[in-house]
Amino acid sequence: MYKIVKAEELAKNIYLMEVEAKRVAHSCKPGQFVIVKLDEKGERIPLTICDYDKDAGTISIVFQTVGASTQRMAELKAGDSFRDFSGPLGCASEFISESLEELKNKKMLFVAGGVGTAPVYPQVKWLHNHGIDADVIIGSKTKDMLILEDEMRAVAGNLYVTTDDGSYERKGLVTDVIKDLVNNQGKKYDVIVAIGPMIMMKFVSLLTKELNIPTIVSLNPIMVDGTGMCGACRVTVGGKIKFACVDGPEFDGHLINFDEAMKRQQMYKSDEGRAILKLQEGDTHHGGCGQCGGDE
Amino acid sequence: MDVMKKVPVREQDAKIRATNFKEVCLGYNKQEAMEEATRCLNCKNAKCIVGCPVSIDIPKFIKEVSDGNIEEAAKTIGKSSALPAVCGRVCPQETQCEGKCIRGIKGEPISIGKLERFVADWSRENNIEPEAPKPSNGKKIAVIGSGPAGLTCAGDLAKEGYDVTIFEALHEPGGVLVYGIPEFRLPKDSVVKHEIDNVKKLGVKIETNVVIGKSTTIDDLMDEEGFDAVFIGSGAGLPKFMGIPGENANGVFSANEYLTRNNLMKAFQEGYETPILAGKKVAVVGGGNVAMDAARTALRLGAEVHIVYRRSEEELPARVEEVHHAKQEGIIFDLLTNPIEILVNENGWVSGMKCVKMELGEPDASGRRRPVEMKGSEFEMELDTVIMSLGTSPNPLISSTTDGLEVNKWQCIIADEEHGKTTKEGVYAGGDAVTGAATVILAMEAGKIGAKGIMEYLGNK
Ligand SMILES: Cc1cc2nc3c(=O)[nH]c(=O)nc-3n(C[C@H](O)[C@H](O)[C@H](O)COP(=O)(O)OP(=O)(O)OC[C@H]3O[C@@H](n4cnc5c(N)ncnc54)[C@H](O)[C@@H]3O)c2cc1C
Ligand SMILES: Cc1cc2nc3c(=O)[nH]c(=O)nc-3n(C[C@H](O)[C@H](O)[C@H](O)COP(=O)(O)OP(=O)(O)OC[C@H]3O[C@@H](n4cnc5c(N)ncnc54)[C@H](O)[C@@H]3O)c2cc1C
Ligand code: SF4
Ligand code: SF4
Ligand code: FES
Repeated sequence: MYKIVKAEELAKNIYLMEVEAKRVAHSCKPGQFVIVKLDEKGERIPLTICDYDKDAGTISIVFQTVGASTQRMAELKAGDSFRDFSGPLGCASEFISESLEELKNKKMLFVAGGVGTAPVYPQVKWLHNHGIDADVIIGSKTKDMLILEDEMRAVAGNLYVTTDDGSYERKGLVTDVIKDLVNNQGKKYDVIVAIGPMIMMKFVSLLTKELNIPTIVSLNPIMVDGTGMCGACRVTVGGKIKFACVDGPEFDGHLINFDEAMKRQQMYKSDEGRAILKLQEGDTHHGGCGQCGGDE
Repeated sequence: MDVMKKVPVREQDAKIRATNFKEVCLGYNKQEAMEEATRCLNCKNAKCIVGCPVSIDIPKFIKEVSDGNIEEAAKTIGKSSALPAVCGRVCPQETQCEGKCIRGIKGEPISIGKLERFVADWSRENNIEPEAPKPSNGKKIAVIGSGPAGLTCAGDLAKEGYDVTIFEALHEPGGVLVYGIPEFRLPKDSVVKHEIDNVKKLGVKIETNVVIGKSTTIDDLMDEEGFDAVFIGSGAGLPKFMGIPGENANGVFSANEYLTRNNLMKAFQEGYETPILAGKKVAVVGGGNVAMDAARTALRLGAEVHIVYRRSEEELPARVEEVHHAKQEGIIFDLLTNPIEILVNENGWVSGMKCVKMELGEPDASGRRRPVEMKGSEFEMELDTVIMSLGTSPNPLISSTTDGLEVNKWQCIIADEEHGKTTKEGVYAGGDAVTGAATVILAMEAGKIGAKGIMEYLGNK
């Protein structure tokens, strides 16, 4: 069992939890993820490592409730436990194996979308701790869903926040900010790291290809084991099949077949919809909605 | 009773079992087992033993069964095998012990597997405990992977007083026994869990959720955590795909994914959250045990299922019993057929598969006649699900993170056959990780060899 030492709601439907997992904390690096399982019957849920404390042996995760499993997870409190917490999985971000000299000469821009702000944070923090201040764009649907702003401000170079509806700071999409920075403000970036919803990563990659800026994205396809055993997470990168859990999750954004990846991510949608309904309506759900095939 | 024939074993009716996940074969009861045991000739020069990779003293245990001394029979088997309830169910007996049985020359061989299974089940039901281990000798061994190779190696070492910890990547121990082979062939709670509990009773610790190569490394286990030796039994879990167009469409799965969702994650059971797409019309590509298991799982989830295999029935690598059971249950075999493209609809889902007919040509390197395409024989099957079951290879996670551990060109860890010794001092390996995908009993044998190798190594150190 892996004890939750802190649980907090960062924004509506977005939760942060700090979990005791000594082995993971001891070995993890920015860019890696864990797989958590709530209890005997829960799914294996992949989540990016958002922060870690090697001395305390804890890992922070941030998740948004989307399906039945994440909704049940949201009910956990400090003192409760996850049955399983496996990791660190996947490869670390490539830049941490580059020499610091080289890195210092690089201008990096991080683009975080929604809950993707969480996985961007440890990377920016790592750079900050090594004397490098990267620029960061955070995009959020609306002010209420913005997370980790203060934390990010403390470790980022310039921080640009934008909301889809203009309820806070700038109005517009993250791609609008990138265009503005590069085209109007004369900023030059050697590499862009974009993490967020698949659709955002797709459009960032399309834009940066035009702007000719190398771009890394962190993919979040459906996964089962996370160790290279099932192939559920396969994505096409540069025409070749890669397993995101072991070959990634970070890849060259200009080489990814995003349309295929987005379709694959929807694979269990209807099944999940049913599970959510069942969860929300409990025993009162007896079909009749015309969607779920009755009370199966 | 006809001594030339096996005492028939009771099975769930094919029509009924095709709709549930309960065990297909019900096994012998004591009376049936004793009757079958009397058919054994108790050969002086017992060929059956030669056919068994772990050399169980088959005539002796069968004699005990025919005398009704089941506990003695269990002890006899226990000397050579740590997982008899598993092997009695899943060994390819027809090519091993039973394939060599003298009775088999004129009539049907003795049902050695079914007798072994009976003895193991009887011991479990009658709470026969394994013998207590020797007192601790203070030496620490790490075993990576909790499949048959790892469990056997750990059990053998623990019996001799070693302090053994198994590290398992998944959240449940058992390897393929838990995530691959379905419930209807190998019940998880009663059989597999019990065998794992027996290994734990010997003092073996099992740490799940530890991915060696990620959570920690072999070098750290030895240098920082004080393990004196390591055995790698990490299996061959990496699935292969065909590389044909459409293979990433929604509705195309590896057999590993399909089986893992259903077996390890229990998607078929009410209350478990992992979803599975059952499919209405399913093609399983391949002809091995794994393909049969995926096909029969899809059938039980309600689909019409086709096995698509490029050679003929004779070359099917699956166990004869499984093919027989699959046919009884209504699996359709499209033999001498090879997929060339998966057809995809506008929403990205599988809509069918384009195949070509094959004929058998000259024998190839494996000695089997090579299938060649028949020109102009392309045709399309309508489908909504395709399960690829084309074999697996070892995962490079461990080899790529361990200094001095060498692999061959198939990514298999190099280990010598007599001791399981790898190219790195103090590190031993065996099972599918070394041989590539093989069988439970061969993995167990490799676990035994590895345990012996480690004991010799530490004894001489
Ligand atoms: C490497 C990796 C890192 C991730 N990191 C984070 C993280 O830090 N924080 C976070 O909130 N989420 C993260 N995710 C996504 C997270 O795993 C999913 O949101 C979660 O599995 C949903 O579980 P569920 O059972 O509640 O819903 P699901 O069973 O997934 O179903 C709910 C709905 O979500 C969709 N969905 C399924 N999988 C994903 C996915 N991977 N991403 C987006 N939508 C999905 C489905 O189509 C469905 O409509 C990550 C995923 C991966 C693969
Ligand atoms: C569906 C299916 C059906 C089969 N049917 C039969 C049959 O009927 N008869 C038969 O004899 N054989 C059968 N086999 C083959 C047989 O199951 C295998 O040959 C056997 O299980 C191999 O044992 P193993 O211990 O080497 O590896 P596995 O059983 O594969 O166990 C390896 C374990 O190591 C773990 N692991 C891997 N990497 C790491 C890591 N880095 N860190 C920690 N742990 C790790 C894995 O999670 C796994 O639990 C079948 C196989 C499959 C897939
Ligand atoms: S272990 Fe397998 S090969 Fe050996 S006797 Fe038992 S069934 Fe036969
Ligand atoms: S070869 Fe057959 S008949 Fe002879 S001892 Fe073995 S099982 Fe009995
Ligand atoms: S999640 Fe199974 S191979 Fe990547």
